[in-house]
Amino acid sequence: MLLPIKWLKDYVDINVDSKILADKLTLSGSHVESIIELNSEIENVVVGHILEIKDHPNADKLCITITDVGSEKLQIVTGATNIKEGDYVPVALVGARLPGGVKIKKGKLRGEESFGMLCSLKELGVKDSVIPKEQKDGIFILDKEYPLGMDIKEVLGLYGEVIEFEITPNRPDCLSIVGMARETCATLNKKMKYPSIKINKEEDNINDYLRGIEILDKELCNRYFARVIKDVKIASSPLWLQTRLMEAGVRPINNIVDITNYVMLEFGEPLHAFDLDKIIDKKIYVRKALENEKLVTIDGVERSLNSSNLVIADGEKPVAIAGIMGGSETEVTDDTRTILIEAANFNDRSVRLTSKSLGLRTEASSRFEKGIDPNLCQIACNRVCQLIEEIGAGKVVGGYFDNYVQEKKETSIVIRPKRVHKLLGIEIEKSKIIEILESLELKVEDKGEFLEVLVPTFRLDLEREIDLIEEIGRIYGFHNIKNEPLVGVLTRGEKPYDRQIEDKSKSILQGLGANEVMTYSFISPKAYDKMNLKEDSAKRQCVQIINPLGEDYSVMRTTLMPNMMELLSRNYNYGVERAFAFEIGNIFIPREIPVKTLPIERKTLCIGMYGEADYFYLKGVVETFLERLGIVKCNYLREENHPTFHPGRTANIIYENKVLGVMGEVHPDVLENYDIDERVYIAELDFEGIVEIADLDKKYKPLPKYPAIVRDLAIVLDEDIMFRDVEGVIWSKGEGLIEKVELFDVYTGEQIPKGKKSVAFSITYRSHERTLKDEEVSQIHQNIVHEIEETFKANLRS
Amino acid sequence: MKEKIYKIREEAMNEISKMKSMDELEELRIKFLGKKGELTQVLREMGKLSKEERPVVGEIANDVRKDIEAELNSKRERLKNEMKKKKLEKERIDISMPGKEIILGHRHPLMATREELENIFLSMGFSVVCGPEIETVQNNFDALNSPENHPSRDLSDTFYITEDMLLRTHTSPVQIRTMRERKPPLRIVSAGRTFRFDDVDDTQSPMFHQLDGLVVDENVTMANLMDTISTFIKELFGEDMETRFRPHYFPFTEPSAEVDVSCVKCKGKGCEACNGTGWSMELLGCGMVDPKVLENCGIDPEKYSGFAFGLGIDRIAMVKYGINDIRLLFENDMRFLNQF
Repeated sequence: MLLPIKWLKDYVDINVDSKILADKLTLSGSHVESIIELNSEIENVVVGHILEIKDHPNADKLCITITDVGSEKLQIVTGATNIKEGDYVPVALVGARLPGGVKIKKGKLRGEESFGMLCSLKELGVKDSVIPKEQKDGIFILDKEYPLGMDIKEVLGLYGEVIEFEITPNRPDCLSIVGMARETCATLNKKMKYPSIKINKEEDNINDYLRGIEILDKELCNRYFARVIKDVKIASSPLWLQTRLMEAGVRPINNIVDITNYVMLEFGEPLHAFDLDKIIDKKIYVRKALENEKLVTIDGVERSLNSSNLVIADGEKPVAIAGIMGGSETEVTDDTRTILIEAANFNDRSVRLTSKSLGLRTEASSRFEKGIDPNLCQIACNRVCQLIEEIGAGKVVGGYFDNYVQEKKETSIVIRPKRVHKLLGIEIEKSKIIEILESLELKVEDKGEFLEVLVPTFRLDLEREIDLIEEIGRIYGFHNIKNEPLVGVLTRGEKPYDRQIEDKSKSILQGLGANEVMTYSFISPKAYDKMNLKEDSAKRQCVQIINPLGEDYSVMRTTLMPNMMELLSRNYNYGVERAFAFEIGNIFIPREIPVKTLPIERKTLCIGMYGEADYFYLKGVVETFLERLGIVKCNYLREENHPTFHPGRTANIIYENKVLGVMGEVHPDVLENYDIDERVYIAELDFEGIVEIADLDKKYKPLPKYPAIVRDLAIVLDEDIMFRDVEGVIWSKGEGLIEKVELFDVYTGEQIPKGKKSVAFSITYRSHERTLKDEEVSQIHQNIVHEIEETFKANLRS
Repeated sequence: MKEKIYKIREEAMNEISKMKSMDELEELRIKFLGKKGELTQVLREMGKLSKEERPVVGEIANDVRKDIEAELNSKRERLKNEMKKKKLEKERIDISMPGKEIILGHRHPLMATREELENIFLSMGFSVVCGPEIETVQNNFDALNSPENHPSRDLSDTFYITEDMLLRTHTSPVQIRTMRERKPPLRIVSAGRTFRFDDVDDTQSPMFHQLDGLVVDENVTMANLMDTISTFIKELFGEDMETRFRPHYFPFTEPSAEVDVSCVKCKGKGCEACNGTGWSMELLGCGMVDPKVLENCGIDPEKYSGFAFGLGIDRIAMVKYGINDIRLLFENDMRFLNQF
């Protein structure tokens, strides 16, 4: 919302500068986004009169003018083609300044001297988007005679400050100069000066021109107010009207359109002018469109309508899409003689849906969407007539049509001053409360314990006591409320247990060298193909988004692994040598397909790495991570059938017969899908399962008092015998005196027969009661060796 | 004989002084004092001496032995020190060479920020609660008093799963869940992922993060809200930060305000980053819980009142770390993450 200060001053006496005004309005709830200063840089540009135009002797595209600027007659060379002798134009004198730091100097153009420059609107700093089409190319020709040498800033009036506001959706009434003037009055405690609307002369009667208006859908159109103007003379608007529109960011078109736009900006009511001579049967219907009914709108596009779209129609066909855009056939043109001015009130929801379904948003539709006071129709329509009369663009026909379905009346709200205090936390005197409410044009009746407040119809947002309390708070000023610390029972802030475990997990993983990553909760369904998942994989049963941003973000993830692969791939392809990352995030498991109830959201941990990584590095990370959470008795069982993973380098992580997760080397096919030319290792663990079994209670165990005896053991056995089984035998034969079994070497190759491997252990023996004797350890060790040899047909390596 | 002994001493002293290593020194000891050493050899000839001479020569021999031993010891000590010194000198290293690379992981800046925010509120007596990312329309909009035809409910603003389920557009539904499950007094914050139908660019992302807070108790006022928020801002950005409460509109609070804080860059003096206003805009939205929302959750608005606030974690993280493109937060480039 753009608010030109000069325009605002028509309704409010303002005695503070724009910056202070902007600050005050911001603090009373109208958020100022910026203050735009129009063309403050212009200096020494004056009105000139073109006396003579001659051809340039050396250039076809240039001409020489003699321009009278009052004090002297100047020779000025220009390339303009739209000027003629006798025109009044802006002249930048030698030494003039133009926006953008341009400085005008005496010059020579193809051998001819030039003492200044004739200016276009653009050169005078007007934005392209608001320059009238006919003024777009060429010098700005003034509309009439002005004193020579007069400062162009005074002529244009296009100079001053414009405040840009962000208007909240609850205050559509503020999307108008009058609305903002009311806010300004309340904020500065001033009296509002409404424009007086008066039509001096009316001729004929509207019934001679229009047979009637019928609202066929009373739900979607609450009011249709119309008047007629005859003897219309379409022309450009006077300069004052054009510059007002331009300041407010609207491009001038012609006098009639400009006036409807002007009144829309002034009061917030969108208006439309029809060429009445083109209305068939001289009758207006407000009805729903027929299925597939067509209308070419004024932007030249043929619109195909459906039966939920509200239209304005004549006896034959639609002439406008209600509240959105008029039809081109009944559009006001240079030949228009008689016009119908429409000021109507359409249902906000209906306008919004139609505008949306047609993909057509206009200034009018965006205003109707937000809601408009139906009582504005008459005021705005009469204001249009008044201005048309004032600038002589036509003659106002007597009478009007007003179909008003349900009249909107003032509402009454009760407010308790005590309640104001209770919610704002500050005692505001009753008299002050009344003063504030009255400054907002509310009528207040003091009933002792409470106040009865009458709300004018333009305040669509005020319905309840709390709405009034807000008004009091903001006009009183939040900055005038003194901060008060919370009182009450002192509580200790708590974090849920699973979040505590999560925080702990993150610091462990960070300590292990992993970077925390964050990825989207939605993924592409193609990710499941890329991960090689089988057609019937349960992971493919996922929650789908009806309206995704695209296929890539269309389903809620059932595993974190695809995102991990994606980001590892990205890093790999960026040339990052080594990546080690983890994410803790939700997966989404539907309870039923199609989804009817909120799905299960399960927190999941994914770890991924490449570069200086292998299966055992990953396993070490997983083991250490779990161990630090107090989870020690995990089993790692071979998994050969997970299609995402290498069949020989993958394990399920088992805790008490439950699968806690899976980890391993990523299958080469998957690596290919993700365009990674290096081995990648991934683990995915059910984090909620981890939370259930995590045990952060630590109990001290006494340090050993007696010395340990360490014995090494190297054996040669079949290659496919698993370490875990051999280790099991060692422990079982240890007679409770084994403290630690360490694997320190696995070797195949020279000196070892094919199909065999050499495995070396280091076994630590210790008793907590006494010093072990060498002989007894030797005996136990001997037994272990024997048992291994028996069980695995292994040989002690000499 | 005496002369012989003195000569041995002279010879020994002379040679000891020339010795350069412990091994040579030991050889020398054996040469002079060993069982077959020179001094021993001389003493063996003592038998040839007269009775009178024997004790005298014996004494001399003992003295000489002591002298040599003393000299050997002192030489040994000196050599040892020299060797130590030499070893230390040899072990001199280039202390300017880089340390061993020790890899410690990095927290994601967003998550680190979330934790920091949560910790501030924990210290202020707020409890952390969590809620699901997929929510009901009821919890996300209806119960929060969002108008039925509000554009934020459109398919072009919100991701839907079904007609009445969606990806939450803010963390506020957690407030609804909490108010329905627990009785006042309540002091909670909830942070997490939120979603809006926005294409990815440098300032927006379809997924972002919010932190929401809620206090409900008897006699909770706007003045309490302002105090709580100001305290939080000072904790987060420093004591010299000012806060400004600008009236605003949210469907679920009334009165509502947006909070600006002194520009983080210029601390309120006015600079390019804040358009000369001195304020960083719209850091946080807040307000008194709308009585309708309390009612929707079965809380009597005449007895209880409360306030709520919400802020974008991504934005705070970006301000805090000077990150200018939100996409960096979700790209997970290790070279980016390694900076935190």
